[in-house]
Amino acid sequence: MNAPEPFAGETAHSPVRHHILSVLVENKSGVLARIAGMFARRGFNIYSLAVAPSESHARFSRVTIVVDAESAPLEQIVGQLDKLVNVVAISDIAPREAVERELLLATIQTDVANRTSLLDTLANAGAAIVDVDPGAVTVMLAGTPGACDDFERALEAYAEVELHRTGRVALPRLGRTIPATVEQ
Amino acid sequence: MQLTGAQALIKSLEQQGVDTIFGLPGGAILPVYDPLLDSTIRHILVRHEQGAGHMAEGYAMATGRAGVAMVTSGPGATNIVTPITNAHMDSTPLVVITGQVATSSIGLDAFQECDITGITMGVTKHNFLVQSAHELPRAVAAAFHLATTGRPGPVLIDVPKDVAQSTMEWWYPSGVDEYDLPGYHPTVDLDEAAVARCVALIGDSQRPVLYVGGGTLKSRASGELLAFAERTRIPVVTTLMARGAFPDSHAQHLGMPGMHGVYAAVTAIQRSDLLITLGARFDDRVTGKIAAFAPDAKVIHVDIDRAEFGKIRRPDVALQSDIASALRAFDAAGASPKNLDAWWREIRQWQADYPLVYDEPEVDGPLRPQHVIESIARTAPAGTIVASGVGQHQMWTAQHWAFEEPNTWVNSGGAGTMGFGVPAAIGAKAGRPERTVWCIDGDGCFQMTAQELVTARSEGIPIKVAILNNAYLGMVRQWQEMFYDERYSEVYLSPDLPDYVKWAEAMGCVGLRATNVKEMNDVIEEANKINDVPVVIDFRTDSSEKVFPMVPAGVSNDEILVHPSQRGGAR
Repeated sequence: MNAPEPFAGETAHSPVRHHILSVLVENKSGVLARIAGMFARRGFNIYSLAVAPSESHARFSRVTIVVDAESAPLEQIVGQLDKLVNVVAISDIAPREAVERELLLATIQTDVANRTSLLDTLANAGAAIVDVDPGAVTVMLAGTPGACDDFERALEAYAEVELHRTGRVALPRLGRTIPATVEQ
Repeated sequence: MQLTGAQALIKSLEQQGVDTIFGLPGGAILPVYDPLLDSTIRHILVRHEQGAGHMAEGYAMATGRAGVAMVTSGPGATNIVTPITNAHMDSTPLVVITGQVATSSIGLDAFQECDITGITMGVTKHNFLVQSAHELPRAVAAAFHLATTGRPGPVLIDVPKDVAQSTMEWWYPSGVDEYDLPGYHPTVDLDEAAVARCVALIGDSQRPVLYVGGGTLKSRASGELLAFAERTRIPVVTTLMARGAFPDSHAQHLGMPGMHGVYAAVTAIQRSDLLITLGARFDDRVTGKIAAFAPDAKVIHVDIDRAEFGKIRRPDVALQSDIASALRAFDAAGASPKNLDAWWREIRQWQADYPLVYDEPEVDGPLRPQHVIESIARTAPAGTIVASGVGQHQMWTAQHWAFEEPNTWVNSGGAGTMGFGVPAAIGAKAGRPERTVWCIDGDGCFQMTAQELVTARSEGIPIKVAILNNAYLGMVRQWQEMFYDERYSEVYLSPDLPDYVKWAEAMGCVGLRATNVKEMNDVIEEANKINDVPVVIDFRTDSSEKVFPMVPAGVSNDEILVHPSQRGGAR
């Protein structure tokens, strides 16, 4: 758990110059539209976005935004985000200083011929079967974005019905320098 | 004390010290208009909701306090989106109250429903859709706090009809802690290290320029600016939004920079080794081609909004602060540039070579618009507030009116909203009735919002409007002449249709006309004597007159075109 993991580098879902913004927002209607609208209006690119209630459930939510730091300087993105009145705090986490995780769900058609190799693939990736019917399984992997990329490539050998990834959530790595924060 | 939401809303506005609301009622806002009858607040009934918004802006720009407008849902709300956008671009404090359909009808495409909080999300500093009568006082208090602190701007409060009709136990938030704004922190501690870096940069500079923007006025920092400038002898330029922040009569003032800026102001920035940027945002109308803007200058950027840092030009030092505090800190640290004698000699030469000029008017006319403006300014009492629309007449006014004090120039900068002038002048006069208020307008602009002169007459708000009638959409005509081979496309308006004198008279105003210099002097004298009703003067001006200097769009400020009479000499 505490063992540092290697920096994943570029993957299909994580360009080299991505940055992770962990944004604490007021749990009010329209907040997500304000954030998304600001990004669209200013021409900033979002790679992924995940929203869920935060540690203080009723009042705040945490939005994890993976931004393209090439579409605009990071301080511009943070500065404009900070101007949104419902945004309470922004932690800018460099990928090297983050623990990042993502969830992948995939439904795969199965038959007698591919079942053994599929089970091997799942075991190698550490993925779990979460739903089964006679012709298909739904599998799940929770891991680093890189691990999810690898698993997604491994699944290309099979007839996929559907694949869905959540986008990453992240927290600062323990025992590292505290990242730049505008928490006030 | 039990109050309806409507009563609580009006009482909350009274708590905020609101003395004037500009508005127009309709179905969804009807409940709020009833308790207004019992209030001390003056309501000014406009003829179009856009007028209410621009009046609130004019009020805010002339008084420095938040302007308040109130309109109904649907089209009432969408009609005020242009003023909200205008206020957002120019950081003008506004509180706009819109009626909304009942909460049970929201999302059902009810009559006069529109998603005004969604529509204005990108053009307000913040907006609220109030869900209960109990929340109204908090929304009002928070709206004024947001509108007037930090970087000011428009805030919209959307009030569903049932919220206004339901009852609540009266309360009012006692302070900021009860505004429920956990993400809003408008004040920042001065970064002493950044101040020290600013002081060091100023100490190293030999060709500094104080690049003064509208934030200096918002920060009420004119006194600090004057003290700092006089102590350091640094030359000053004031942008379109900052006219009046530093006296035009002051020997250190070079005038306005930018696309239609004074040659010495534009060129001093270009040759500068240090831009001390005070509440300005490197707008494209100031910088011209950004890569060629002030190429040798280091940049100190002082702004209350840190998102402005590096948005256009990367600063060498960014100092997040209000302008007054920053200037006081610079003074306290004794920030002083090197000897500026050589720099001033260069600047004085540019001023001598390329002053603002225009051709003398012919005796028989047509009038020169610049001459009209200077003639009005000469006879206007000190402290006169002047408003304008957008276009040539606006640039000529910014160039030729001598501004001596803050909050006397009311214009639309960032958004460039034609039709701003007449309603903004009315709002300014409503806010400062003791001042003379002139609106210098164009004929195109006047036709967009002139109906508000009915409001001015019926409410007893005697503004004076000078239409510089050149029968064209003049600025577009100027571009077509200069950059589109004189191919004039859809810019001719006619000098006689409408008949501006008859139109003014039909709206209860005094209508006057001048076609030559003698008539011009006579009608200005007559207008100055009228203090009970609005006056409209139709000045027939030369259609071919253009605004100079001019930096064509997208080129370097080094390629500034001076007045034709000044060309040919050494540049």
